[in-house]
Amino acid sequence: MLNDILKILENDARTTPKQIAEMTGMSQAEVSRLIKQALKDRTILKYKAIVNWDQVEDEHVWALIEVKLTPQKDVGFDSVAERIYRFPQTRTVYLVSGTYDLFVLVVGKSNHEIADFVSQKLSHIEGVNETVTQFVLKRYKEDGEIVEGKEEVKRQPVIL
Amino acid sequence: MVSKSKLGVHSKKYHISKRTNQLSPSGIRKFFDLLASIEGVISLGVGEPDYATPWHIVESAIESLEKGQTMYTSNLGMPELRQELARYLQHHYDLQYDPNTELLITVGVSEALDLAMRAILDPGEEVIMPDPHYVAYDACVILAGGKAVTVPTYEEDSFELSAADVEACITDKTRAILIGYPANPTGAVMSREKIAEIAEVARHYGLLVISDEIYAKLVYGVEHTCVAALPDMKEHTILLGGFSKAYAMTGWRIGYAAAPKEIIAAMTKIHQYTMMCAPTMAQVAALEALRSGEESAAEMVEDYGRRRLVMVKGLCDIGLSCFEPKGAFYAFPSIKKTGMTSEEFAEALLKEEKVAVVPGSAFGDCGEGYVRCCYATSMADIEEALTRIKRFVSRHQRS
Ligand SMILES: Cc1ncc(COP(=O)(O)O)c(C=O)c1O
Repeated sequence: MLNDILKILENDARTTPKQIAEMTGMSQAEVSRLIKQALKDRTILKYKAIVNWDQVEDEHVWALIEVKLTPQKDVGFDSVAERIYRFPQTRTVYLVSGTYDLFVLVVGKSNHEIADFVSQKLSHIEGVNETVTQFVLKRYKEDGEIVEGKEEVKRQPVIL
Repeated sequence: MVSKSKLGVHSKKYHISKRTNQLSPSGIRKFFDLLASIEGVISLGVGEPDYATPWHIVESAIESLEKGQTMYTSNLGMPELRQELARYLQHHYDLQYDPNTELLITVGVSEALDLAMRAILDPGEEVIMPDPHYVAYDACVILAGGKAVTVPTYEEDSFELSAADVEACITDKTRAILIGYPANPTGAVMSREKIAEIAEVARHYGLLVISDEIYAKLVYGVEHTCVAALPDMKEHTILLGGFSKAYAMTGWRIGYAAAPKEIIAAMTKIHQYTMMCAPTMAQVAALEALRSGEESAAEMVEDYGRRRLVMVKGLCDIGLSCFEPKGAFYAFPSIKKTGMTSEEFAEALLKEEKVAVVPGSAFGDCGEGYVRCCYATSMADIEEALTRIKRFVSRHQRS
């Protein structure tokens, strides 16, 4: 039941409880209650828009940073990760398997700003051993949405 | 004699066959032309998914083209596809079909229907089918030289076909009963018991059941009954299935027939001369759909299910009584309270509110008084269409 609601909201966060009730056959009160609960227990973290910043005169620079950590006594990866994700520049921080440990997605106003963040902040954090910064050149798909040139499927208006 | 009317010349320059002329002269043509002339229409008149084909299916076909898989296949269809199809039917319905003799890959259910009729009918022989029905059913019978005998079905019975009514239509010329559930245009699904009764009649009179199960996967909260899987029915059934609706593959033109080997052999004879084989790239795509399309299909069905609830409740709230369609992607509300015919309703709704629906009368006499609304369209369009229909109906309410 909650899963149905979450799927609908993940697809379109603006769907109202009334609409969800109609789509699922649940009562509106029940839908509202489940959503409230989901917000409270942070099953739903936030409602946001997916913005195509390339459409506006606003320079945004994105970078994917691979971070290698040095295992430290008594301090897990979590605490190092926290010192990193507290920075508002970081948009996404994942612990990953493979050749590096943390995947960090950073947004800044310029290459310069990001370079500063990496050299002044990130690389100084205790436990951070090595970083590899990759600047994003073009965003093709964002959060499941094709950024440019998404085509409408054309159908004949009437087919018997 | 060449007949001339004041309105125009009925040219006899070209002779058109009687059979072709016998096909219903699409009274709906006028409606199509009107539709084409209006901009900004929200269409609930479509009969296909609003999704593009799932990418993994498209990609498999592209790859096959890149590899040069561009030749004819066996007349029956690619062996791998028939084997996979046999596995599919076994898995879903516990049905055993021999992929070498009992399965035929066709150019959609459309071709399979045509082949089935031509393979089994001699001139004047009869096929019993429900009214309303999908538009190609009677046409295929007529083109095969047969006669379509329709059995009325009613909203009060959830548009289910009654076995007794079918039995009452049987003559010594009857060869088959043609059904298609979940149904276009009503969205009706026959219960297992009701289908079993029809099957019983077929067996008793030695008739074939031709079962168009193209919407088999599109059911909501009920189970689809495969006619061939009913006890002792495999040898009495021509099962027609497709990919168009479940996997959003209407443009690929691919489907299949499963039937006793004598019938498949006869159908294949016609197919080999008229079609050679189904498009090769579409066969590759169908293979991918069967192998790993279950999840994409289920996601789409889940989504149709939500829209179905919104559409049906919306129509009922407007006061257009609508029986609950349990399958396909159509709602079939009654518009009788407006006092208009289906065609008048559809035309006026299109002109006044720019919403396209299909007059129920296009599907047979029993469709009169209803319109078909397809909910395989975006939720936003469904809601806007409902708002417009509401405005329209309150304006035209007969008090
Ligand atoms: C009931 C029914 N059968 C068959 C078809 C045609 O299917 P295909 O695309 O496989 O030829 C349709 C398409 O609208 C349909 O509604």
